Amino acid sequence: MFGYIIRRILFALPIAIGVSIVCFSLVYLAPGDPLQTVLPPDATAETIAIVKHEYGFDRPVPVQYAIWLWHVVQGDFGRSIASRRPVTLEVFGSLANTAMLALFAVPVAFATGFAMGAIAGCYPGRILDRIVTGAAVIGVSLPNYWLGLVLVIVFAVEYMVLPASGMGKSGSAAFSLWRWSDAQFLVLPVVTLTMIPIGIIARTTRAAVAEVRSQEFVTTLRAMGLGEGAVIRHVLKNASPQVLAVMGLQFGYLMGGSILVETVFTWPGSGFLLNKAIINRDIPVLQGTILALSLVFVATNLVVDLLQATLDPRIRRA
Amino acid sequence: MSDQAILSAPGAAAEYDSAPATKVRGYWQSVAYRLSHDWITLIFGAVVLVIILIAVFAPLLAPFDPYAQSIVGRLKPMGWRGHPLGTDELGRDMLSRLIYGGRISLIMGLAPVAIAVMIGGTLGVIGGFAGKVANTAIMRTMDVFYAFPSILLAVAISGAMGGGIFNGIISLSLVFIPAMCRVAETATSQVKNLDYIEAARASGAGTFAIIRHHVLGNVLGPVFIYASSLVSVSILLASGLSFLGLGVQPPEPDWGLMLSTLRQSIYVDPLGCAMPGIAIFITSICFNLVSDGVRAAMDVRI
Amino acid sequence: MSAALDIKPYVDVRDRGGSAQPMLIVRDLKRHFRVKGAGKGAVVRAVDGISFTLFKGETLGVVGESGCGKSTLARVLLHLVEPDSGELVFDGDAVAAPDGISVAELRRQVQMVFQDSYSSLNPRMPVQDSVAFGPMVNGRSKSESRRLAQEILIKVGLRPDLFGPRYPHELSGGQKQRVNIARALAMNPRMVILDEAVSALDKSVEAQVLNLLRELKRTLNLTYLFISHDLNVVRYISDRVLVMYLGQVVELGPASLVFSEARHPYTQALLGSRLSMDARQRVDAPPLVGDPPSPINPPSGCRFRTRCPNAEGVCEAKMPELGAWDGRDSHVAACHMQDPASGHSKAGLH
Repeated sequence: MFGYIIRRILFALPIAIGVSIVCFSLVYLAPGDPLQTVLPPDATAETIAIVKHEYGFDRPVPVQYAIWLWHVVQGDFGRSIASRRPVTLEVFGSLANTAMLALFAVPVAFATGFAMGAIAGCYPGRILDRIVTGAAVIGVSLPNYWLGLVLVIVFAVEYMVLPASGMGKSGSAAFSLWRWSDAQFLVLPVVTLTMIPIGIIARTTRAAVAEVRSQEFVTTLRAMGLGEGAVIRHVLKNASPQVLAVMGLQFGYLMGGSILVETVFTWPGSGFLLNKAIINRDIPVLQGTILALSLVFVATNLVVDLLQATLDPRIRRA
Repeated sequence: MSDQAILSAPGAAAEYDSAPATKVRGYWQSVAYRLSHDWITLIFGAVVLVIILIAVFAPLLAPFDPYAQSIVGRLKPMGWRGHPLGTDELGRDMLSRLIYGGRISLIMGLAPVAIAVMIGGTLGVIGGFAGKVANTAIMRTMDVFYAFPSILLAVAISGAMGGGIFNGIISLSLVFIPAMCRVAETATSQVKNLDYIEAARASGAGTFAIIRHHVLGNVLGPVFIYASSLVSVSILLASGLSFLGLGVQPPEPDWGLMLSTLRQSIYVDPLGCAMPGIAIFITSICFNLVSDGVRAAMDVRI
Repeated sequence: MSAALDIKPYVDVRDRGGSAQPMLIVRDLKRHFRVKGAGKGAVVRAVDGISFTLFKGETLGVVGESGCGKSTLARVLLHLVEPDSGELVFDGDAVAAPDGISVAELRRQVQMVFQDSYSSLNPRMPVQDSVAFGPMVNGRSKSESRRLAQEILIKVGLRPDLFGPRYPHELSGGQKQRVNIARALAMNPRMVILDEAVSALDKSVEAQVLNLLRELKRTLNLTYLFISHDLNVVRYISDRVLVMYLGQVVELGPASLVFSEARHPYTQALLGSRLSMDARQRVDAPPLVGDPPSPINPPSGCRFRTRCPNAEGVCEAKMPELGAWDGRDSHVAACHMQDPASGHSKAGLH
């Protein structure tokens, strides 16, 4: 097992480096002079000279990458063009808000999706299965930002029971989960975020459960005289590694893919920051946010793989 | 072929006795047979066809010019002065914009998938069939792009390159290529070591002939199934990009962009704000269900 | 009948060496596979120094337990797996040597029939196209290849109009194996390697296919290398037999002699473990116990000594030689008991 952990981490490292290269090259994807893209339009000649020297824009590209990476490893993503604040501060503040959404969305989505999928998988072809399968397809076909808008129309505009957007009067810094006046702002974004993961997890669980149920060992269990409840426990246990892998991916998507939902609800998370950066053409913030989010995604995948290996001994040997 | 020749063939009699005159049905015939009995897929397939036809014949079907603005007729309700679905925030006819919007949304849904099938599929077959070095180079590069959540990668590339349909298609293609490459690579390397490939090599066939006759037929199935499931994802991602102000730019009629601009008037005209979303939802769910049906029909055990 | 199949015995223009020239001479063939996760430099010695001669028109049976390297041997002979070292001489011409014949030319003259499995035929291709594929990639036109395929399907006892357009999953195991044979014969080979070609078939079907193979060999003047783990089948079809153990030849000789007077304890044990209906055919030797040792770190000296009832000190110290082989009728075994000078206590008793 220890050897597997080491191997898996060694495998994740080059991917993390590759991810950083992609983020670095975003500056070159942007039209125009790469130096201009990281500087405010009204920068003085002096600032330009300093940045040019500090980031090595007069040196070959691999050297520039090395310099940039060296800064990044020390936690320095440069300064935001729009706010002039260090990118690191902006990214970590917003990342915390995104994590808060994910933290609430994950248990809701995983529990609901798994329960739906397990029920459907245990009664394939029956009416319950049809309902769950239909609901799951709707979940993955819905544009979630649109669902957010509809929820806003219903609950904020028509009935006025929940706030439409933002984090409330106290703002990001003083937000408290224990005050309903603050916490109510979480409800609509979290519900909106859970839609897609519920659909995907329900579909995966249903397929995994149906597949395990068709294996011979299940027939053997029944032949041994086990009750249906015990059989289902065995089935779910055998289906869990596959489901877990998909759940891990979905956690990554909740962290990295919440840009649309955060934009709809003007939730001051990383997705919202990203959207602001795009509107302002604030490439340093864009780079920093994307790098941070994708590294979270890589780390999530790593953790999921290790968890899976503890559940399924076959993986460790592979 | 004379009967004499058949009878003189060794062991012939035994096989004939045990050979019932079964109807011979090819793979694609049996897929078509299964599809023709799956009425859910047929119905939603028909809806997809209707959506495509509406998009193709948009100029004939749209009652108004989708770009014509009116200062007096902004955000009017259904049926106002002959506008069946009312008008948008610039007084443009809603129905016409929805009809024309289907064109761009379908292009944004299909083009990236088609590009990804060609580039990713080719890379995957090369990676699966080539030696270890080429395989590692291709697949590890793909792993890097796979390490981004899909919407994040699309936003990153479009965000850096700037908006526009063309940049949107490029960024979505880059999102799908790695996944497509993996599917093709897995299918290829599964087939690569089977006995009949070895038999083909033993009969002196070159790599190109083997790929063309023995590998492609077995890789196209999984690639096609996967690609069909990506169309709906692509439509959702593309409209999401437009919603963020990337992708399609004003004043083009696009469902995602319409959602984004109508959002400003959500308190005034909630129903109008919901309509482009319904269009996206219907298109995406139809493609999803058709893809599920095709997958089930193509999963013939042979 | 097409020109390709219209071959009268002994007038094959490709027969360059004459009937006295062996079809295939194999010298000291080696192929090791590196294994992951079994320590640094660990290799499986799948084929470890194999030499034999295959005469024109004969059937050489190759037997051994699963994992002894039989299938690797078959693949190395066709260069489907590249050999590490060793020499192949096909009808007097060295294979893949500057002045010999190319691998491509070898593959035109030597074909292989695989064990019937789900993967032996392309599931997406009608079987007549599978049979026609070989001629087609070797420069024949599509219609010509298809006509040839139909003729060959008749030869293997399948009506082309009935079976040709079918897909593999619409055929029984025996029918599929006939198609596999047809595919090999479509290349008009001189030699056919049959790798467990009948092992997956029911006994009754197996007998039909074996008779078909015999018949085809006679009418088409073929040479067979017949690989199988089934001793009864090998005995039925082979003129001579080669016994393999952990990548090496342990016994080689005419089939009748190997089966009646087996010299190597391994062959004796194999024969002893065989089921026989006939009491006179049963051998006194004890049947094999245990699994073969790992081919990654084979035992020193004689590789069979860990399972051999007669193992002594000399067996551990020295690897036994196969002995002097001279010609078709000679019967040799790699065992110290065969060599009076080896120092084994039972040496020379046989």
